Amino acid sequence: MPDQVLFAMEVMLNGLMAGVLYALVALGFVLIYKASGIFNYAQGVMALFSALTLVGIMEGQVPFSHLINAIFGTDIHHFGWHVPALVAIILTIAVMILFAWLVQKVIFRHLVNQEPILLFMATIGLAYFLEGFGDLMWGSEIKRLDVGLPQGINEWIDLTTFEAFGYGFFIDNLDISATIVAIFLVAGLIVFSQYTKQGRALRAVADDHQAALSVGISLNFIWVLVWSVAGFVALVAGIMWGAKSGVQFSLSLIALKALPVLMLGGFTSIPGAIVGGLIIGVGEKLFEFLIGPMVGGATENWFAYVLALVFLVFRPQGLFGEKIIERV
Amino acid sequence: MKLTTLTIAAVMAAGPVMADLVFPSLSYRTGPYAANGIPFADGYEDYFTLLNERDGGIGGVPIRVLECETGYNTEKGVECYESTKGEGALVYQPLSTGITYQLIPKATADGIPVHSMGYGRTSAKNGAVFSNIFNYPANYWDGASHAVTHILNENGGDISGTKIALVYHNSAYGKEPIRTLEELSAKHGYEFLPIAVDHPGQEQKSQWLQIRQQRPDYVLMWGWGVMNQVAIQEAANIRFPMDKFIGIWWSGSENDVLPAGAGADGYKALTFHNLGKDFPLYDDMQKYVVDAGKAAGAGDQLGTALYNRGMYAAMLAAEAAKKAQEISGVADITPAQMRDGMEALEITEELMTEIGLPNFGPTFSVSCENHGGNGLGAVAQWDAGAGKWSLITDYYQSDQDIISPLVAEDSAAFAAESGITPSCS
Amino acid sequence: MFYREAGDFSTTYPQDSQTFPIKFDRYRYYVVLVIAFGIIPFIINDYWANAVFVPFLIYAIAAIGLNILTGYCGQVSLGTGAFMAVGAYSCYKLMTAFPEVSMLIHIPLAGLITAGVVTIFGLPSLRIKGFYLAVATLAAQFFLVWLFNKVGWFYNYSASGQISAPQRDVFGIIVTGPNTAAWAKYMICLVFVTICAVLARNLTRGTTGRTWMAIRDMDIAAEIIGVNPLKAKLTAFAISGFFVGIAGALFFSVYLGAAEVGESFGIDKSFLVLFMIIIGGLGSIFGSFAGAAFMVLLPVFLKNVFVGWLGWPTDLAAHLQFIISGGLIIIFLIMEPHGLAQLWRVAKEKLRLWPFPH
Repeated sequence: MPDQVLFAMEVMLNGLMAGVLYALVALGFVLIYKASGIFNYAQGVMALFSALTLVGIMEGQVPFSHLINAIFGTDIHHFGWHVPALVAIILTIAVMILFAWLVQKVIFRHLVNQEPILLFMATIGLAYFLEGFGDLMWGSEIKRLDVGLPQGINEWIDLTTFEAFGYGFFIDNLDISATIVAIFLVAGLIVFSQYTKQGRALRAVADDHQAALSVGISLNFIWVLVWSVAGFVALVAGIMWGAKSGVQFSLSLIALKALPVLMLGGFTSIPGAIVGGLIIGVGEKLFEFLIGPMVGGATENWFAYVLALVFLVFRPQGLFGEKIIERV
Repeated sequence: MKLTTLTIAAVMAAGPVMADLVFPSLSYRTGPYAANGIPFADGYEDYFTLLNERDGGIGGVPIRVLECETGYNTEKGVECYESTKGEGALVYQPLSTGITYQLIPKATADGIPVHSMGYGRTSAKNGAVFSNIFNYPANYWDGASHAVTHILNENGGDISGTKIALVYHNSAYGKEPIRTLEELSAKHGYEFLPIAVDHPGQEQKSQWLQIRQQRPDYVLMWGWGVMNQVAIQEAANIRFPMDKFIGIWWSGSENDVLPAGAGADGYKALTFHNLGKDFPLYDDMQKYVVDAGKAAGAGDQLGTALYNRGMYAAMLAAEAAKKAQEISGVADITPAQMRDGMEALEITEELMTEIGLPNFGPTFSVSCENHGGNGLGAVAQWDAGAGKWSLITDYYQSDQDIISPLVAEDSAAFAAESGITPSCS
Repeated sequence: MFYREAGDFSTTYPQDSQTFPIKFDRYRYYVVLVIAFGIIPFIINDYWANAVFVPFLIYAIAAIGLNILTGYCGQVSLGTGAFMAVGAYSCYKLMTAFPEVSMLIHIPLAGLITAGVVTIFGLPSLRIKGFYLAVATLAAQFFLVWLFNKVGWFYNYSASGQISAPQRDVFGIIVTGPNTAAWAKYMICLVFVTICAVLARNLTRGTTGRTWMAIRDMDIAAEIIGVNPLKAKLTAFAISGFFVGIAGALFFSVYLGAAEVGESFGIDKSFLVLFMIIIGGLGSIFGSFAGAAFMVLLPVFLKNVFVGWLGWPTDLAAHLQFIISGGLIIIFLIMEPHGLAQLWRVAKEKLRLWPFPH
């Protein structure tokens, strides 16, 4: 095969992998939007915050040490212990559940039945708050995140493809683990929503709030639940992205990568998020590979949005979105 | 630092105005680039604290550092500039490209010098046009040339037929070296391959696949923020030889290499100052500042690349202030006198040894025609095992034949656009 | 006591339908104008102009622009930052291409160019609605930023990629460039704000505004009663773009003096302006001002309190500033979802009856 075709195939495979990572972020949005109609802009900051918390717990950092030191003149930074990754992850999940409960209790309980745009703005306010709070709690330096995920080129794929085509494909081990995790996560979510009582309640709420309420489902509980699950998804996304770049402020910007995925897949569909992620991943990588060199490169950011926009013009509710029925 | 003491200090500062030398520090300890802003701001402030504690200031006049948080945001930078300039600020280190461009006309009109050390507008080297802007000891175009010279030296002076890629942040900053590298490519006959990374640079798969497919012999990087960490990680992932990967000085701090762990071993970065804390001055710093509990920030940044850069900036500012006191004969200098001091600044090896920083930076001298020093720089390499940077070359000069005409051209364009008549009186 | 309709008779239709039908309101409006035009220019200094008034006035124009689109016509846009960039870059090109022409012509021209560009990006709104549209405007945001960064023509091929405002004047008074006096900066922004506000106010209560509001409230119903959605939506995009373009032009030429597209007109700017209109109040000109004032003043105020008075370390102060801004936004949304403008309305209602509520 000619080199260009092989290169394009390699780019496409990597695009699929990147798409999985985008889909991971987009999943969190979909869950919350489906259950409560809130477009949660803070999802990216939640990924940052959960990853910060995870590293902080693993390294035994003292929360708010900077503030404490400034007020009391002490000089404390670390507890001096290291927590194993798995325990730290469980503790972080507990923190995210607490966070979900607080968000529900303090903010969104008071905003029931408001217009979507106001809910959206409230989540941006939440994002601001969490940004400052996370930095204050754990400090703003770049932290290394190592939960034991393999990184770097996958030897086996490299060798196999080299023998087959004469050119070894590059696939990052981290991306492979992300894909596996994503498969388990989605499978888990499907099992949860299809076969558990809470899951069924959740689907009922997503279908019709009032009907769900009238058969005795506690909306409050469902919303806390769904924010907790979104917090968990954010943690997974935070680990995957944070393993690559270290845990730092920019992690909150991955939300911007998820938005075109949402548009494309529809705000309300979990399969949509996955398929949308894959399409965006492959689309933007291939465009950068084929057209990028002609126009000077760095096209990925806008191309993802333009691609989604083109899809939307033909299907205004996204690929898998529910048909929008409008009545006067 | 205790809040109470700070409050008292603030109250005292608000009292009767005493003669002091004001050095504003437009720091960014928050926001997306905080990890880089903290060590720089700490180093800048600590050096002045040291001078205050040990020597009682500069020429007997105490120093006051006015810190103002910009968060790397241009608008906050404007606010910081306006709120500090009335206090008699002697020199601004704007730190962000946006704020620098902002301040170039403003500070010139207000008669306050700006020192953009290793960033900002490269053609500000031409002091005949940019009377109040200084960018010694080195600029981006010098950096591009340093990298190419380093590659030349490694290959016995012949790099025709090699391929050099540039991975750059897709912004004005990232595009700075392209012109120089193109000119140098024509001169030395290497193939030049620019690869843009969009802000913020969290996702760089396409770019590094391109590098993997095109197989350049060397990769240069003009990156900033998260882009650096991801690029180094991706380079390690595709097993690009790290000693053929050279970053600009803003891609060469501990923050950039640590997240990639052992994979970053051998990565090179350009620099215009020395690294580590193996200097006599650090003993004083430990004694007068850190042990006395007067360190800015947490006091854990001593000796990191960016801390040293901040300290170096403060050192150059303090030496320029001394020079200004010498020229004007007054101890309590004005910004205009400070400007003259900066223009007459001369850094020699003896001077640096006397300060306690032997071989810390290149030797250079500033004149009206040349606000940018002599274009000397060096290459540093990261040792992941030992966890430190060290210089692997001496300071050497950039290719002035290429850079001087570029500087002249760009400064002339600016002069024409803003109606400045270049002059050196 | 003084805030009464009683005794304030309208004898003609124009009197009845004026912007401030109550005498007290009218006088208050005149007093504000007198203070703004007659007193502040004489006492303003560099700090107040550059840190408070100029950004406030410019953001007010941008907020009015976005409010027309989002508040009156119901089309959520997250492309404001890039649309301001269109204004800024057209202004730069005009300033450097025609140096002898007055800024009073360049700035509205920049607004017109922006109006054209925004209308093109408004076309998808005919098919896409709600959040899908908001995300679609992000395509404009990213694409335009990329374009201005990529194509050298926009920044006159300068080696730095930055645009810097050269010195230009209006009737012999320098309004751009480093030698501008504080009052001149303030005045040129004030003049544009006043014109824009009056224009917007009159547009929104006329036919155009009514068709916008019909579209906002329910576009299908509006279509049935004979509102042309194509025309209504596109005029909203165009007029909003005109205001945002003026704001962008002023932002670059008068306020910053130098700009780079990614740094000055990034997505943060889009969110900031959206915040302003939501905090201020959707569908209210007064709200645009109130929101702009709130978002510009709050950080400056908090910074001065924490760092200036309490002497806290600047980074702690900045973190707290984030926490407080975020918290205040949430509190506002919970307490008064319709923004500061609604608070103002409620206060006025109360004042009418005060001191005898029942």
